Amino acid sequence: MTRPFTPKIVTANDLRNGRVVYLTSDDRWADEFTEAEILTDEADAEMRLVFALGQSRAVVGPYLADVVRTPEGAAPKHFRETFRATGPSFEGVA
Amino acid sequence: MYVQTEFDRAFLAERNRQFRAQVARRLDGSLTEEEFKPLRLMNGVYLQLHAYMLRVAIPYGTLDSARMEVLAEIAERWDRGFGHFTTRQNIQYNWPALVDIPDMLDRLADAGLHAVQTSGNTIRNVTADHFAGAAADEIADPRPVAELIRQWSTDHPEFQFLPRKFKIAVTGSPIDRAVTKAHDIGLRMLERGGEAGFEVIVGGGLGRTPMIGEVMRDFLPTEDLLPYLESIVSTYNRLGRRNNKYKARIKITVREEGLESFRARVEERFAELRPGFTGADRGILAQIEAMFAPPALRDADTGTYHSLRAENPAFRAFTDVNVAPHKAPGHGILTVSLKAHGAAPGDATADQMHALARIARVHGHDELRISHEQNVILPHVHLSSLPAVWDGLRAAGLATANVGLASDIIACPGMDYCALATARSIPVAREIATALRGVENEVGNLKIKISGCVNACGHHHVGHIGILGLERSGVETYQITLGGDATENAAIGVRAGPGFSAGEIVPAVERLVAAYLELRRDGDETFIETHRRVGMAPLKTALYGTGELRDAA
Ligand code: HEM
Ligand code: SF4
Repeated sequence: MTRPFTPKIVTANDLRNGRVVYLTSDDRWADEFTEAEILTDEADAEMRLVFALGQSRAVVGPYLADVVRTPEGAAPKHFRETFRATGPSFEGVA
Repeated sequence: MYVQTEFDRAFLAERNRQFRAQVARRLDGSLTEEEFKPLRLMNGVYLQLHAYMLRVAIPYGTLDSARMEVLAEIAERWDRGFGHFTTRQNIQYNWPALVDIPDMLDRLADAGLHAVQTSGNTIRNVTADHFAGAAADEIADPRPVAELIRQWSTDHPEFQFLPRKFKIAVTGSPIDRAVTKAHDIGLRMLERGGEAGFEVIVGGGLGRTPMIGEVMRDFLPTEDLLPYLESIVSTYNRLGRRNNKYKARIKITVREEGLESFRARVEERFAELRPGFTGADRGILAQIEAMFAPPALRDADTGTYHSLRAENPAFRAFTDVNVAPHKAPGHGILTVSLKAHGAAPGDATADQMHALARIARVHGHDELRISHEQNVILPHVHLSSLPAVWDGLRAAGLATANVGLASDIIACPGMDYCALATARSIPVAREIATALRGVENEVGNLKIKISGCVNACGHHHVGHIGILGLERSGVETYQITLGGDATENAAIGVRAGPGFSAGEIVPAVERLVAAYLELRRDGDETFIETHRRVGMAPLKTALYGTGELRDAA
């Protein structure tokens, strides 16, 4: 077990309205990335995902996403997750 | 305009009632997501990056003002006040809540609109030339046939679980505005010995394995159309690969089977099926044709139009660029650009949709079209109405004079919305449009098309300049293809070389355009013509310079 584990969060979309949500340490689904529980241990991450998969009346499509530590706190590792966290780069018409 | 039948209404009402119950059962936990997903997809509901997405079909791109008003109302009441018109002549709503979708579908059904077969391995929304019924170069209006195909394919019992999705496009003109050669089946109307029929093209497609369709029948009489289509789809249904999603489209089936052998099988099946079509379909077609009778066009003076053109350069530029020849004297086909410089291609606000509906009602015989190029067409406008139409469009921010120019870009939603995307498309489109604004009139006809992943929803393979957004080592990278063509001279573009970063892609396109201006013979030679004459080398040099970099390419 020498392979370093990339920290993760659990994210999904809200079942009723489809919005991006994050699993918090107190088992809520929050709108803000900053509220997400950061999982630094592989076994923990698996357990939290299993918990999320059991929440199919609240959310749809939960999965683990990689995060990185930055001076400002945790941030999504992949730009896809950054866009999910911040919304479309441009909305509306002009 | 096609008038919904009682059967259509009953079918939609039942379908919506079922879906409402399915949504309720998903919300109360009786259905799991695995069970619900195929059901929602059958009703045009996708899960995207930030929200659900509802895709609504606009059959053969034709709307009247009442339907356009309903599309606007849906955007206002249940979405964020705008919608996205797509290359498939659909509209996508990007922010619907699942709990609201049954109400949205009911409201759409009031106007005869729906999301049936906008997803899944079915025959999808049939697309057609957006100038249908109006173009000066057309043999006949292709929409009655498109409507016949819609009726035949909707809920067709044998074709609900094809090996893969299936797209049909129809044009009534030798000038191909419907990209028929990049569809599973493309139909091009022809006349032979006074009889109308179709050239049948099979096995075109974009996606990760782009291919130009091949002629399966060089002339099919119209009366044989449905049995022949049924023979193609049923042969494909039997032979198509179900074990590999990437090899499941008919384009692969035809190539694996061989064109001759596939054709022989289709003809064999046709011989079996043809006797079963005893003419009911032709009776229906005749009824449909009556519904598409051309509007009662006026014979009026066009003096006001010509005098405003003479005195107002902005109006002149607008009509030069956005108005195409109509078959009737004194009329024009007006394309309303949804590509204001810096806007997201294909997006329209509810207010803009209302304005378009109003203008169509007053000045356009109540007809509107959505083009695969993500613009809105007013197909029948008397030239004397254009000054008033132009005023109305300007007030709604819809008078951009750029149709067919560099900023009239097709772009898919990309990673701003799409869950499958590998990079963003919309910001690239916005930046290119803004950067080329100053030179685009001088440049003239140039098709730039952008997709956010290999699925090619933005048609990049058939763009004169195609841009494909990918991910390389954790960042967005954009690959350029050159020489694609979406017309009757359809061609798949060729990759120019290594990709560009998000910061490099716009300057790279600017260099291409500057090189073209240097290279062209004269102002009449378009980008694609110059490219065909000079080949790839000078354009590669513009992109990558000479020497080392160039060799690496
Ligand atoms: C946002 C949700 C969308 C999803 C999930 C999606 C998915 C796909 C996929 C998987 C393919 C590849 C099919 C294949 O190669 O077998 C494809 C192709 C295509 N899609 Fe989309 N697409 C989406 C949006 C759009 C939009 C917005 C448009 C119109 C602007 C569009 C038009 C097309 C076209 C024209 C093709 C290529 C033609 C072909 O089927 O070969 N799609 N899409
Ligand atoms: S091309 Fe890719 S990114 Fe663009 S809409 Fe299609 S699937 Fe999404």
